[in-house]
Amino acid sequence: MSMPSDTDRKPALFGSGDTGFDVNRIKADFPILRQKVNGHRLVYLDSAASSQKPQAVIDALDRYYSQINANIHRGLHTLSEKATAAYENTREHSARFIGGVKPEEIIFTNGATEAINLVASSWGGQNIGEGDEIVITEMEHHANLVPWVILAQRKKAVVKRIPLTPDGQLDLTDIENIVTPRTKLVAVGHMSNVLGTINPVQRLAELAHKNGALILADGAQAAPHMPVDVKQLGVDFYTFSAHKMLGPTGVGVLWARQELLEAMPPYNTGGEMIREVSFETVTWADVPHKFEAGTPNIAGVVAFHEALSYLEAIGMDKIREHAIALTGYAIDSLLKLDRLEIQGPLDPTLRGGAISFTDADIHPHDLSTFLDSRGIAIRAGHHCAQPLMRALGKVATARASLYVYNDEADIDALVDAIKQVRSYFGV
Amino acid sequence: MNDILDEMYRDIILDHYRSPRGKKLIDHADISSTGQNPSCGDEIAMQVTLDDGTVKDIHVGCTGCAISVASGSMLAEFVKGKSFEEVKKVAEVVKKMLKGEEIPDSDELGDIDALKGVRQFPVRIKCALLAWMTLIEGIQNFEKQKKAGPETVTTTEEDEQNAATDQ
Repeated sequence: MSMPSDTDRKPALFGSGDTGFDVNRIKADFPILRQKVNGHRLVYLDSAASSQKPQAVIDALDRYYSQINANIHRGLHTLSEKATAAYENTREHSARFIGGVKPEEIIFTNGATEAINLVASSWGGQNIGEGDEIVITEMEHHANLVPWVILAQRKKAVVKRIPLTPDGQLDLTDIENIVTPRTKLVAVGHMSNVLGTINPVQRLAELAHKNGALILADGAQAAPHMPVDVKQLGVDFYTFSAHKMLGPTGVGVLWARQELLEAMPPYNTGGEMIREVSFETVTWADVPHKFEAGTPNIAGVVAFHEALSYLEAIGMDKIREHAIALTGYAIDSLLKLDRLEIQGPLDPTLRGGAISFTDADIHPHDLSTFLDSRGIAIRAGHHCAQPLMRALGKVATARASLYVYNDEADIDALVDAIKQVRSYFGV
Repeated sequence: MNDILDEMYRDIILDHYRSPRGKKLIDHADISSTGQNPSCGDEIAMQVTLDDGTVKDIHVGCTGCAISVASGSMLAEFVKGKSFEEVKKVAEVVKKMLKGEEIPDSDELGDIDALKGVRQFPVRIKCALLAWMTLIEGIQNFEKQKKAGPETVTTTEEDEQNAATDQ
């Protein structure tokens, strides 16, 4: 009953039985990277914003629509059964991917942002009251900040933040006074989208639980780049996003412990999430369906399975090793440039490959526009982390972010172009 | 090789960026106005001294990219001695120019004409507009408050700026 698929087909990087990390073979699996941009080879260094997709994922979308498209969980016909099986297959796969949790604990959303909003609205609406405290960090992405600020306003609760050390790690010196028995939730990014910092989620989870609080980790940046085991981390909620990890846009995942999900009220209501409906009463379906009202992004979820397979075929440990090596190379290369400053830890073992930097003389937007003219895609701006920008004393930074298809040649292209930008602007 | 890029970063623009006009602080401000581009963090603050309904002197302080700094510098150079009506008129011309609309004979624009190249970079149009929108907002608030009494007004104009560039 599974969808017709070449799921078992190995990605091209294993084409000759090689199990090593071969960036050139990986690059070849990403058709978008073959193009020229503004006359230059595309050097894509914006994967922290959204990753590119391998052919296997693109093919899976095509296969879904050309062979099994139908609505899920309701049709009593062959296509609906195939579509449902493929959709549920990704749920099982996602559960395995984050350390072997129960598939019922995986909720599909339209993105990591919605996953966090679901928790804030449903769990927060039920469990946060006046005077309660929600602890976040100074480096949070707006997605893991605004929902808590809004919830706190609505409930007259208090948002406290964990400050940063000068090198962009969490400053835990005063943590015992920040996470206290008044804390109801700690919400922390597993890996910063600006600083690259990998946060000590496990330690914060222990501290939260000691104080009777729960902990949510936003894994949007971590899940694509390192092995994640939510049970080992000890978190209660974990969220991530398919499009940052080779999958389609419009698919996010919320994992939470089953008993939490069972106690939480629905977030959206409508079709699919009910058990029985009359004009007087509604009873809800069991988890996870209680949280998946309406027709979801079926094609995206189905194709996400291929993205996870692709990552696993390389190996998350290998992906992390590659990230450490390439991040180290990038940091060393960038620091050789004069008047260039990197935000966040410089030790690549403490961080991921989102590297924010500022040039003392060139505004990030001018830099980004110039690099684009050389085919190099980076991000410039506040990266949806305005409180962090204020803490760093910057209005904006440039950010190059790395992934499995990047190599030292990409870093060299970036560094060469930055060298040219100064003479271009005559500073 | 850098055709489009050179269209935006013309020599005149880079000259204004490297040595912005209107940097000198002024003693007395009849109008103070500040503006930000929230998406890129550019910030601008300006003070204007008036003399019989025309701009006598202006200070422009801009933290931002080459385009926003150069545009602010061109504005500072252009508006001295101009009436509010003349300033508003040229601000409209700058807006149209950046939207790619036809504009009348551009002789009187002088350096400002060089901002044309920005229109090929849609995300940068708001950079070029920041100074102009900030000054217009300041003038409009000054005119409003003049009817009501007080001489000096302060304003921020993010919303106006966004409205102008979202189109």
